[in-house]
Amino acid sequence: MLSRVADSLYWMSRYLERANYTSRLIDVNFNLMLDESAPSSVNRWHRVIRVLGSPKNLHWKGDPYGFAHCLSLDTACPSSIISCITSARENARQVREEISSDQWERLNMLYHQITQANLREMQQGPPTEFLQAVMEGVQLFQGASETTMLHGEGWHFIRIGRFLERALGVAALLDVYTAEFWDTAAKHPEGHEYLEWIGLLRSCAAFEAYCKVYTADITPERILEFLLLQQEFPHTVRFCIESVRDALEMVQEHRGNRRSAPLDRVSGRLKAMLCYADLNEVLETGVGAFLREIIRHCLEIQQLIYRLFIDYSVESALAG
Amino acid sequence: MISAGHATILATPAFKNYQLDSAYDEMFTPAGVTRPHYEALVTYLNQLSPEEVKRRKHSADISFLNQGITFTVYGRKEGTERIFPNDLVPRILLAEEWRKIELGLEQRIIALNHFLHDIYHEGRILNDGVVPREVVYSCRQFRRQMMGIQVPRNIYITVIGSDLIRLQNGEFVVLEDNLRVPSGVSYMLTSRMVMKRIFPQLYQQYGVQPIEHYPRVLLSTLRSLAPEGRPEPTIVLLTPGVYNSAYFEHAYLARQMGIELVEGRDLAVHDNVVYMRTTSGLQRIDVIYRRIDDDFIDPLAFRADSILGVPGLFNAYRAGNVTLANAIGTGVADDKAMYAYVPKIIKYYLGSDPIINNVDTYLLTNDAQRQHVLANLNKLVVKAVGESGGYGMLIGPHSTAEEREEFARRIQADPRNYIAQETLLFSRAPCLLDDEFQSRHVDLRPYILYGDRVTVVPGGLTRVALRKGSIVVNSSQGGGSKDTWVLNEPDVKQENN
Repeated sequence: MLSRVADSLYWMSRYLERANYTSRLIDVNFNLMLDESAPSSVNRWHRVIRVLGSPKNLHWKGDPYGFAHCLSLDTACPSSIISCITSARENARQVREEISSDQWERLNMLYHQITQANLREMQQGPPTEFLQAVMEGVQLFQGASETTMLHGEGWHFIRIGRFLERALGVAALLDVYTAEFWDTAAKHPEGHEYLEWIGLLRSCAAFEAYCKVYTADITPERILEFLLLQQEFPHTVRFCIESVRDALEMVQEHRGNRRSAPLDRVSGRLKAMLCYADLNEVLETGVGAFLREIIRHCLEIQQLIYRLFIDYSVESALAG
Repeated sequence: MISAGHATILATPAFKNYQLDSAYDEMFTPAGVTRPHYEALVTYLNQLSPEEVKRRKHSADISFLNQGITFTVYGRKEGTERIFPNDLVPRILLAEEWRKIELGLEQRIIALNHFLHDIYHEGRILNDGVVPREVVYSCRQFRRQMMGIQVPRNIYITVIGSDLIRLQNGEFVVLEDNLRVPSGVSYMLTSRMVMKRIFPQLYQQYGVQPIEHYPRVLLSTLRSLAPEGRPEPTIVLLTPGVYNSAYFEHAYLARQMGIELVEGRDLAVHDNVVYMRTTSGLQRIDVIYRRIDDDFIDPLAFRADSILGVPGLFNAYRAGNVTLANAIGTGVADDKAMYAYVPKIIKYYLGSDPIINNVDTYLLTNDAQRQHVLANLNKLVVKAVGESGGYGMLIGPHSTAEEREEFARRIQADPRNYIAQETLLFSRAPCLLDDEFQSRHVDLRPYILYGDRVTVVPGGLTRVALRKGSIVVNSSQGGGSKDTWVLNEPDVKQENN
């Protein structure tokens, strides 16, 4: 597969995952806003900004609807949902021959749907329909990727992009939440605090899955354990990292098993960190430090992918 | 009796603004009688309610938009991507009409290929004075760098799109040849796909010659041109990238053929061998179906400011390590001034008269012809020889005095750069516009492939000048397209029935 194509597939997938994640974040926050006082809601919108990495051109101006509008539809804001979908589509356009027609059509339809959305309606209330359309569109695209694309090298790059982005997103979310709440968290949170923790689960589409495992008994420790270390739910950090590792494994197989020791080491170590972790140990060393270690490893994996598969020099390739 | 029955079609509200005059109409005879091969279509369209027609039109448009079948319009920020307007009424050609076109194009392409080989080698046709040397050497598309270079199978032109029009008497003539990087074939293929979905019964009832094999034939044509000693060639399609107006087509063809779509930055040349950068390292390339103009293909050999091309590609080509299709320097044979010599070129190499005629063309380097043209600019069409896409053209009868003065000045300053032709009355075909049928001028661009043999895919792209009265069919100038149905040979149809 062409290096440039792998690059585009990877970013297409990352941008879509980000659009989906941002949509869910806004949706969940609007929902929570209904039940609480203005100050704590302002606090939470600030938290959204931090979770998204405090992007430039995104400012809190006191109006949740204006803020959501900006984060959804402002093309001048690179983190906005519309910017993510546009970038995903631009990347897909570069690799039209590589993805299936169904994938392209789902993505293209989503793009046309949201760029033609009636923006005036959006100004007046929460952009619920818009967010729903994005989440549905991304799910349709991911479904089409599963069922209509060759599960070859390109497909694995799509998976690497999706799961790295998701792992980074969940880690950032946990980092912001724990920094703010952990020290003061009640063992069994009540009232608004309870809603905050449910909000965290919902932001990761994980409320129902959590209940299946632990029942509706919400405790911060269990939530942390679930979102970090649970093996079977697709939005936990562990699941994402194992998926990245599997996909990297397959990509290396496509290279005729010319393996890269640094890549094996970093991805293997990250996987082991999560597979063999014990929550108490994590708590002892500090949740924040643990999460930042995960994020650092993820970024290192990305750098190695670029150095090995995409950005290598012609001289080194001819020599090897 | 028949004419009475069909006069009622033209009398129906849907045809109330239908223009029928001295131009050849693809559907009606001058008396307003439906041509026999259009009767089934007329009957079918007539039984659909206006709402149903509208619904199907909408469904087709949505299908084009969602598939991203778009082209890019240069020089606009917003809405740079547009769907290619597609008209739902198919243009129908009889098998016998098509047979003549096919033979004529095959003859023309073979002769032009001989011509290219000749002028880049011994130059017999120039020595014999059939084509003046200065016309060849003054052409901007003539590439000195190609002199004496051997190309695989001596094939210079692999993919050709020739533009035909039908005159008042019903005869098809060639208006121009596109021998460099002709585009539009993807619109032919996708509009057929959509038509089969929108009008399935009608399509089946007609018995239409298929065109879906085009990508497969293109692939085997390219494979037949691989350098010697490369039995399993790696073939790629080289595109200028996503901002090119025909990017959709490049991606579409690459996908249909199952080959990589590469950009200049994906390729590297080392020791006169071309490689592409893959996730598994460098992979050698043997055949490049290039959709980049000569000028931009190699900054070391041609325009140094090109960032689309591949440094060193031309040397690899000259060394015979990679095939480029089409070859470099083919533009000299589709120069509009060279066009005037094509009948002589056919006679010279093949000893026969052209099967499809040319349009009479005035060469402005000839004093008498130039004086005539300058005196009659309001009646003639003037074209710049190197331009395409409907740019750089004066259509006399539709022009202002200022425009004519401007062109007169340009012609006198550089007569070699222009040619003139009579203003031709293209044929018209019915189109569905604003919920009614109106007639619009059309041309026909069939696609020809030339490798180990010549293949002309039945039909081609019928381009429509959607603006009323306009004769400019280019997509960049408000043109659209319609599906072109070449009917099966009569006996074949009976077998099917």
